[in-house]
Amino acid sequence: MSQVQLESSKLLDMYRKMVLIRQLENRLSELAKQGRVGTVHLAAGQEASAVGCCAALREDDFVVSTHRNHGHVLGKGGDINRLVAEIMAKKTGYNKGKGGDLHVAAFDKNMLVSNAIVGGGIPMATGVGLTISLKGWDKVVMCFFGDGAANIGTFHESLNLGAVWKLPVIYVCENNLYGNTTPQISMVSNRPTSVCMAIRDISVRASSYGMPGVTVDGMDPVAVYEAAREAVQRARQGQGPTLIECKTYRYFDHSEGQPQNYRTREEVEQYRKLDPIPRFKARLMELNLLSAEEASRIDQAASREVEDAIAFAEKSPDPDLEDLTRDTYGGSV
Amino acid sequence: MSERQINVSQALREALREEMRRDPSVVIIGEDVRVSSFGVTEGLWQEFGDARVRDTPISEAGFIGMCLGAAMTGLRPVAELMLGDFVTVCMDQLANQAAKVRYMSGGHAEPHMVIRVGVSGPGVRVGAQHSQSLEAWFLHVPGLRVVYPATPYDAKGLLKAAIRGPDPVMFFEHKLVYGVKGQVPDSDYTVPIGKANVKKEGKDVTIACYGYMVHKSLAAARRLTREGIEAEVVDLRTLSPIDKETLLASIKKTGRMVTVEDGCKTGGVGAELSAIVSEEAYDYLKAPIPRVAALDIPLPASGLLEDATLPNERKIIDAVKSTLKGQV
Repeated sequence: MSQVQLESSKLLDMYRKMVLIRQLENRLSELAKQGRVGTVHLAAGQEASAVGCCAALREDDFVVSTHRNHGHVLGKGGDINRLVAEIMAKKTGYNKGKGGDLHVAAFDKNMLVSNAIVGGGIPMATGVGLTISLKGWDKVVMCFFGDGAANIGTFHESLNLGAVWKLPVIYVCENNLYGNTTPQISMVSNRPTSVCMAIRDISVRASSYGMPGVTVDGMDPVAVYEAAREAVQRARQGQGPTLIECKTYRYFDHSEGQPQNYRTREEVEQYRKLDPIPRFKARLMELNLLSAEEASRIDQAASREVEDAIAFAEKSPDPDLEDLTRDTYGGSV
Repeated sequence: MSERQINVSQALREALREEMRRDPSVVIIGEDVRVSSFGVTEGLWQEFGDARVRDTPISEAGFIGMCLGAAMTGLRPVAELMLGDFVTVCMDQLANQAAKVRYMSGGHAEPHMVIRVGVSGPGVRVGAQHSQSLEAWFLHVPGLRVVYPATPYDAKGLLKAAIRGPDPVMFFEHKLVYGVKGQVPDSDYTVPIGKANVKKEGKDVTIACYGYMVHKSLAAARRLTREGIEAEVVDLRTLSPIDKETLLASIKKTGRMVTVEDGCKTGGVGAELSAIVSEEAYDYLKAPIPRVAALDIPLPASGLLEDATLPNERKIIDAVKSTLKGQV
């Protein structure tokens, strides 16, 4: 784990957020099995990437996210009640129940859009960079996407434009090794075989656009934070975009209820050993920043917050039927 | 009001220039917009500079998506797709992103942007991948507005309305109307989106049309007048939303309709117009509704074949007469 010296309050805040995300994702998985929530795309395992990246942002910086957005919403400081209510498509959700799990946008935290089309958000984030640049704002935009998106055309078009126009964008590829069930590189029979890419590190693509690219251990929140902080600094100083690849892993399947026969139990176990949360906890305890009692208080507080949010969402009303066609167009229509 | 005459291309340029002077958040983004391949944005780069008139690499999905992200954070981008066929390579950004982001965000996102689509057009003889009229596709995508002007006055007023409006607007420009001249005031004005215009009144039959086909329809109507048939020519101007009020008022007067478009017949704009009339004015109809449109084939390069594929004055006249069988 990285040796960087950070303020203890920042480290503890990151730890709290990671625990909160994990507990939410675990509970959503249970709720999905019970039929209390619809299709959800869970990010358990990827907390260090979401939280480490968002920790490098200011509240007024922008975030563009993906179908796997819960960690980004909470990482950016979004309201868990409104998040869970949106996941359950309730009137009290961030987007009035019209977006749902795939499309959460926490506007109060400048988290602008979550995209259900792989790669769909990368051009939009680049456009946010254009606004920042033309308006002369002291802000940046962080664009999350997965390894799958790194193979779609908008990735290439956007990174090229972002670099040519030196826009303040941090492109964050959360490489969890699988596009749905298809691996980036198959490890079956212990002989690595390219399936989706003939490269190991997606960050090498950055150099072909003329921007820095870095691969970090996406299971280490501090390593992620350090890389993100440097990229944010570059962007804020007008030095253009960076591509960060966070090597991570998702413990649940692409979405709840999907087939589970595409990876071995051993592989999942191997990545469970790298679980970012116990590792971070051990590190914080080693540094005397966290006691066992405090850790257990954090767990309990997170659990309460998650249960309260679920109760809030379940008690919330459905969207108003008279709102059905509203928001299709602007103005009075 | 000024009596000056300018053409559609000049009218569009005036709209862009005036809006850019009025509002610093208006930016032009597209391929070859500084030099301006087809002339509309000529001179704007010289006046507004690199920051606001931006040439892009050839990457339509990239820059259309960028315009959307820029719009959502406060700019008012006017994107240019050089050819109508290029909508296909940025369809995700148009149909999944720009059209839906307001709704799926619960009304938070403001995707105010204009996508100028230069339909190179049927009639320019550039073959199957440079000539398509795909405007009908976008009627099927709630969240988008679809505008298609035919005259300099409408081109300027509608483009200003599109730039100032709240929605993503597919703004179709048929390149064969760029040279069409007409009176345009040099004062500031807008033409409201969603309002059709009766270009010529008549009692016998309604010709519903838009864009370049307005001129073909007017020419056909003039010839029909000489034969004693008074056609009413309705220039729709906006295809989404369709101005049902104006259309239905005309049908209630004439009892007959012919639709004219340069896109393919199947699944075209005429199909939608015909459905609206059959749903909402069936009792007024005295005849079936013929659709004058392109044949359902890719546009051929040969002039002979292209002419046979596309609608023309003759086909419009024949269609009008078919609705009046036994009446004249």
